[in-house]
Amino acid sequence: MRKVWDLIGGVHPPENKHQSVQLPIDVLPLPEKLVIPLNQHIGAPAKLLVANGDRVLKGQELAEPSGLVSVGVHAPTSGTISDISEYPIPHPSGMAARCITLIPDGKEQWIDHVGIDATYSFQDYSPAKLLEMIRHAGIAGLGGAGFPSAVKLSPRKTITTLIINGSECEPYITADDMLMRERAEAIVEGIQILSYILGGPEEVLIGIEDNKPEAHAALEPFVRDTHIQLVSFPTRYPSGGEKQLIQILTGREVPSGGLPADIGIVCQNVGTAFAVQKAIHFGEPLISRITTVTGRACSTNRNYEVLIGTPITHLLAHNGFDENNCSRLIMGGPMMGFTLTDLDIPVIKTTNCILAASWEEAPTPPPAQPCIRCGMCAEACPASLLPQQLFWYAQSHNHERLEAHNLFDCIECGACSYVCPSNIPLVQYYRASKGEIRKQAQEKIKSDRARARFEFQKARKEQEEMAKAAKREARKQAAEQAKTLSAGRGNKPQKNADMVKTAMARAAEHQASPAEQQARLERGIVRAESHLHTVEKRLETIRKEGTEQQQEQALAAVEDARRRLEDARSKRAQLNNTAGTSDTDKVMERLQASPRDTLEKKIASCKERIAVTRQKIVDSDDETLKAALTSGLEKQQAKLADAQQALAALPDNTPDTPVNQETTDAAANAIARAQARAAATRDLPAEEQLRQTVVALEGRIEKAKAKLDEARAGESEYVNALQAGLEKLQNKLLDAQQQLNTVTTQPSTVDDDTGDAASSAIARAQARVAELASMSEEDKLRETVASLKSRLEKARIKLREAEAERSEHVDSLRTAVEKLQVRLTEAEQQLAEYHP
Amino acid sequence: MALLKITSPHAHTAQSTASVMRLVLLATTPGLIALTLFFGWGSLINILLAGSVAVLCEAAVMRLRKRPVMFYLGDNSALVTAVLLGLALPPLAPWWVVVVGTSFAILIAKHLYGGLGYNPFNPAMVGYVVLLISFPVQMTAWPAPLPLYAEGVSPPGFLASLQIVLGLPGAGTVDAFTAATPLDTLRQNSGLLIAQLYEQDPLFNLARWAGAGWEWVNLGFLLGGCFLLYRRVFTWHGPVAMLASLSLCAALFYDGGSSASHGSPLMHLLSGGTMLGAFFILTDPVSSATSNRGRLIFGALIGALIFIIRSWGSYPDAVAFAVLLMNFAAPLIDNYTLPRTYGHKKSRRATEKKE
Repeated sequence: MRKVWDLIGGVHPPENKHQSVQLPIDVLPLPEKLVIPLNQHIGAPAKLLVANGDRVLKGQELAEPSGLVSVGVHAPTSGTISDISEYPIPHPSGMAARCITLIPDGKEQWIDHVGIDATYSFQDYSPAKLLEMIRHAGIAGLGGAGFPSAVKLSPRKTITTLIINGSECEPYITADDMLMRERAEAIVEGIQILSYILGGPEEVLIGIEDNKPEAHAALEPFVRDTHIQLVSFPTRYPSGGEKQLIQILTGREVPSGGLPADIGIVCQNVGTAFAVQKAIHFGEPLISRITTVTGRACSTNRNYEVLIGTPITHLLAHNGFDENNCSRLIMGGPMMGFTLTDLDIPVIKTTNCILAASWEEAPTPPPAQPCIRCGMCAEACPASLLPQQLFWYAQSHNHERLEAHNLFDCIECGACSYVCPSNIPLVQYYRASKGEIRKQAQEKIKSDRARARFEFQKARKEQEEMAKAAKREARKQAAEQAKTLSAGRGNKPQKNADMVKTAMARAAEHQASPAEQQARLERGIVRAESHLHTVEKRLETIRKEGTEQQQEQALAAVEDARRRLEDARSKRAQLNNTAGTSDTDKVMERLQASPRDTLEKKIASCKERIAVTRQKIVDSDDETLKAALTSGLEKQQAKLADAQQALAALPDNTPDTPVNQETTDAAANAIARAQARAAATRDLPAEEQLRQTVVALEGRIEKAKAKLDEARAGESEYVNALQAGLEKLQNKLLDAQQQLNTVTTQPSTVDDDTGDAASSAIARAQARVAELASMSEEDKLRETVASLKSRLEKARIKLREAEAERSEHVDSLRTAVEKLQVRLTEAEQQLAEYHP
Repeated sequence: MALLKITSPHAHTAQSTASVMRLVLLATTPGLIALTLFFGWGSLINILLAGSVAVLCEAAVMRLRKRPVMFYLGDNSALVTAVLLGLALPPLAPWWVVVVGTSFAILIAKHLYGGLGYNPFNPAMVGYVVLLISFPVQMTAWPAPLPLYAEGVSPPGFLASLQIVLGLPGAGTVDAFTAATPLDTLRQNSGLLIAQLYEQDPLFNLARWAGAGWEWVNLGFLLGGCFLLYRRVFTWHGPVAMLASLSLCAALFYDGGSSASHGSPLMHLLSGGTMLGAFFILTDPVSSATSNRGRLIFGALIGALIFIIRSWGSYPDAVAFAVLLMNFAAPLIDNYTLPRTYGHKKSRRATEKKE
């Protein structure tokens, strides 16, 4: 007789097992439908292989394992898939999950399946092959947790002991007992297969509580000449817990937070051994299990071989279930089972018992009394915890103390609650506390990340602030210099040099830093990508069920989104290419280039662009796109013509004056133009020049208006920016017209200084530069404030609409509004500071 | 009918707090019988009086706290406190002593701290100590045990005892019946060897092992305690540790039975409130240490304190003081005596942050 160790703690509740062992295991008629959850095990849900309406055969794989820790599910009978959607599944929370609904056709038609050939034995196969067969047979631990068996059978450590759990310590349940009594031979073959897969451990033990002598006797003849030992030990709950059984049979303990494999032990349930035998010997996947139907609310108490997916109602209907006499319907045993509130829940791979308890068996629990720390729970605890202290700290949410008292070593067996004289639902407190602690740990990780992010952001903002202040300082100095110079009307080179400086400063100020540009472009790309993704999705759905017209529209939208994304990407690429040279260098280069060079360059680039556009037109097959491209081409051609004219107009002896043709800044543009013209058409009357300016400005306004309309139609986010630009242009036009008026009404002034008309224009432009340099900050702020106000107003309206519609974007809109408000206040404050 | 959603386990023992308390009350019977046989009806009257006061106080507090009165009275915890205090008080103590002690125990020591399960000190012992400090005269007047009465003189009957307790006119006083307890006798002894004392003093020479009457009272409580151990109401750790440590101390300081001796281990085990303390007072789960290892330490230190106070303190008995002092220490002991959990190499400390 092998030595057994005592279970630490434990309780001995009334066994109530005799009721359900009077009759042999029976088979129920096919139910009307089977509901098969995709996740009946610990790990990732299985991946669906069938579609609605498919006809499937018995044993056909309906879903395959979707990862290492996952098992598939198989059709328990032949029939048709009628539905694949969410249904309540057996879970303590009563949650719903994806299930396959199968309508049986009653033919019970098997899929082709082969086990090991009769002439071979399982030893002729490699363990790896057998493991693969087990994995594809959908076998998960049938003892209760449902851990994928193939994973458990491929431990990384050498296994010295294989333990087969036939303890079945929970009251009422007799599924394993009856299985051992009736299918002993198959179980023993299954155990031998398991032992072979594990590389032949030194010891193979079957642990059975001493209240199952029949099962013991049934197994005895089959293990007599094998290395398998039958071990009987005293009946005491929870001896069937994996850790407890290991301790009883070997005297060793599974390290906290570790696995039995860490001490060279693998534990499998007898039901699993049986399922493995079926899978290997006959090639039959796991499609049924033995389930006990018991409790006094059922007139018949017995065990059934139930098809996975059978609704509980079907099971109860054949057992004379009296709902009025049922106080609670429990899946599992009375110690660890959970109550069901929905009778349509299916039997799954881990359902070992349906207990329909009557009011006498499970009366409504009395209200809990205060804990008197009597310590009976500590005596009953199989993990040697102090349940009374855990309860005390669980009530006060003292998580540190709970962890120090090893809360996470609690196996939730319920022995403490069972003995508690004050009727405290202790296990529930522990479950809740475990949940709280896990949640807190996750939140801590999150908040640590958020803090790091915030600190980085703060540092970055400080840096930006400093850079801004430095720029402001530089700009002020430049403006002052410009003022003094324009007041002194000094010599030209000096002026030019000055202009260059001012323009450079302004350009530098205007130009966003490469990092900012990069960030903006990146954001744009992300936006474009997500937009593309959305439209593609829409296209997909429309392709399935939409009209042709809708399809065309969606297709166009996708094209458009793609183009935008490409634009954004090419812009980024450009930026990355030019990122090497600093902005000031670029400005310098541009400004120092001779007008001829500039014009030549411009012409070259225009030509290039025209060529590209032409190619695009040829390539494009979209009419609207073609039209747009053609109009763009015309514009480019016009520009080219302009530039060529300008080049032709350039005198040969053009002084090598630095000019700036292409600065984005309007004022700097004015300088550049004025300067170029000063160089080119020194003798042109000022009036003429101004007229040209007015004409040019009118043209630009026209274009800006068109752009703005386009943007409005497309609901672009640049509407505001475009509007602001347009206003600026209009202001400029007014200025220019006024100047023109002044010039025409006071010709003498012009005449007096005809030779210097151009330089006067330069001076004016320069003055404006100075003015803008000193004023622009305030103006800009004003503009910013105004634009922010309008944006805020719009955002508010949108938010209100979203709230009215209960849109899901309410939150993001709200944060957007808040952000805008913050920015507005900041801008207003800055403006106020500007106005002491 | 909708099916209920109830958390596991769905089975439960028939045991309840009320039934545990009933067992404790039942277990006091042998001791009470011995007390009544040797010291008259006084203890029973104490218990009845204390019991009614306790229930009244409990009900009043529950009413004040707006709790269901009958639900809380049903746990019998107030009765246990009252009975233990009644057993500890000298028989024939004036009624007001009992009333003051009981109401203090229930109102202050129990409910001011939050009621059942939340009191850091044993309520009965708080009541006892309050009385001992406030009314030393009444609290040290123990009637003589039955064997000491002269022939022809009998102790007061039930009605006479009641009259003495209520202080009715013409009832006589308790002083007529009082005698020194064994512990008093030993304390006051300065010239005699222990053997001589045992020979000369009727309190000892009329006794079988330790002190006339007292030994039987203690044996009665020992019997009750064993019954509770058998019914697994508490574990053996606390009482055994206390008795062992008390015996050890007594043996160490026995001094060969000289005139400076503090008495034999057997004398200490069977005198005063030793057994009542060991099985009924320090086993109060609320105010004692939690783990079995903790209870060993808790009990052992109480035993040592009892001996120290009995031998060198100024009070005749020491169980109440020793228990209260160790009640202070119980949470500290708890912090360092966690059991080793399954799967852990060694036990942890409750104050530990990370393993």
